[in-house]
Amino acid sequence: MTPFRYDRASEIASACASAAKSTAKFIAGGTNLIDLMKLEIEAPARLVDITRLPLDRIEETTAGGLRIGALVTNSAAAADMRVRRRYPLLVQAILAGASTQLRNKATTGGNLLQRTRCAYFYDTTKPCNKRVPGSGCAALEGLNRMNAVLGVSEHCIAAHPSDMAVAMTALDALVETVAPDGSARTIPIDELYRAPGNAPHIETVLAPGELITSVLLPPPPAGRQVYRKVRDRASYAFALVSVAAILDLDGDRVRAARIAFGGLSYKPWRSAEAEATLVGMVATRAAFDAAGIAALRSAHGYGHNDFKIPLARRTLRAALTQAAGLA
Amino acid sequence: MATRRWFLKTTGAATLALASPPAVGEMAETAPPQSEHVRLTVNGRPYALDLDPRTTLLDALREHFGLTGSKKGCDQGQCGACTIIVNGQRINSCLALAVMHDGAEITTIEGLAGEDALHPMQAAFVRHDGLQCGYCTPGQICSAVAVLSEHRAGWPSYVTADVATAPALTDAEIAERMSGNICRCSAYPNIVAAIRDVAEGDRQ
Repeated sequence: MTPFRYDRASEIASACASAAKSTAKFIAGGTNLIDLMKLEIEAPARLVDITRLPLDRIEETTAGGLRIGALVTNSAAAADMRVRRRYPLLVQAILAGASTQLRNKATTGGNLLQRTRCAYFYDTTKPCNKRVPGSGCAALEGLNRMNAVLGVSEHCIAAHPSDMAVAMTALDALVETVAPDGSARTIPIDELYRAPGNAPHIETVLAPGELITSVLLPPPPAGRQVYRKVRDRASYAFALVSVAAILDLDGDRVRAARIAFGGLSYKPWRSAEAEATLVGMVATRAAFDAAGIAALRSAHGYGHNDFKIPLARRTLRAALTQAAGLA
Repeated sequence: MATRRWFLKTTGAATLALASPPAVGEMAETAPPQSEHVRLTVNGRPYALDLDPRTTLLDALREHFGLTGSKKGCDQGQCGACTIIVNGQRINSCLALAVMHDGAEITTIEGLAGEDALHPMQAAFVRHDGLQCGYCTPGQICSAVAVLSEHRAGWPSYVTADVATAPALTDAEIAERMSGNICRCSAYPNIVAAIRDVAEGDRQ
């Protein structure tokens, strides 16, 4: 680990100002950043500890939603009875990720900003445009079984590893931030992440020193919520594919649907195509499969991860079958 | 840790500084690590020390306080051997910086037993043979103690059918809740039995 200057922030404004410097990083749970710092993949000159900021509350909004503070741990969010009753999808997704030890540390804001688990991002002996811009992408021709099939580029095929963010994307969550100049803004979660394009090292639209202060959950939409995750072992593994589905039925016909995938892209992949395909259809296996075909139409495999495309369709079918109460 | 790599980097920076003196602001960012004063209460006993801010809680416990019960397995949060209880919650101490936990109350495996008797979870692990080589055991036991308090608090898990309810602590629930602790000897069935035993308050 390279040496760094430690700065314990006592208020939001000073935290943002301190982290606005070029090589500074915020740290909260640290479950991802400390790991990356040990490998010197991350080497901040300054670490701004935000854990003592008052951002650890879950509050009701006047609209009937919840505002989850950026420092609310994954465990605390999943244990909160308001979250459990209104957003079971989010609780399932959080509990599908990592282990309790990690969830006790990992925060809401940090989970959104965790970095890819692409093996070549971690392997400092291999080229990686995300780690060393311009060095190339070893995953393209490498063991890319865990990598993305949607929305990525020839410069980077890394997948976003979060489960929590997939559920939040289906819930149309809004990310609230404060910048060093004191200005606040609200970013729809789907617009938080930047497509890799030719600059995969730039992962979000956040400016230097811009701090996520909370995630705003709108009131839960009508319909049954399901989070379905497929992975290599029954627990404590990243998703090969996951699906967040919210299905609202009018009799046996789909009134509204929300579909987001994990493990397929650089961000949680909301599929407007799948949703449009479902609306108005009778909730049958054929309809679910049509949605799967629509969702994966632009998918592209890189060899070892080709299996993700049919797996994503089948996982969607299973999630929708469960959400429709047909399972 | 003064590795050769670190030595080369820092001496390289010093040479560069001689050649062209950087501005004061930049100097502060490249300065060698400060020492941070850290106070911790570990197993009821106060500790205070000046630590390099890079020191993890695990290294503070093992290398500075001499509490070697918590084990370093993977050192990257994947195995659970370093599990300790901080302010009532279990965490991986390898992925926590000591300086960030100034003022924390910590329980390690060394703090579980009473004066004359093992903690019930330690006794159950012995009774059910919940270990083979024993390297993961301190983390397993700290985790298991926390599982019971999390369950008492009504926390759901990934295998809980209805997350709005507080589930019974079935074997499937125990296994899921313990999945952050890997046992290379695969003593899992006996670990689950030990935890079930304590959960049921069955002393046999």
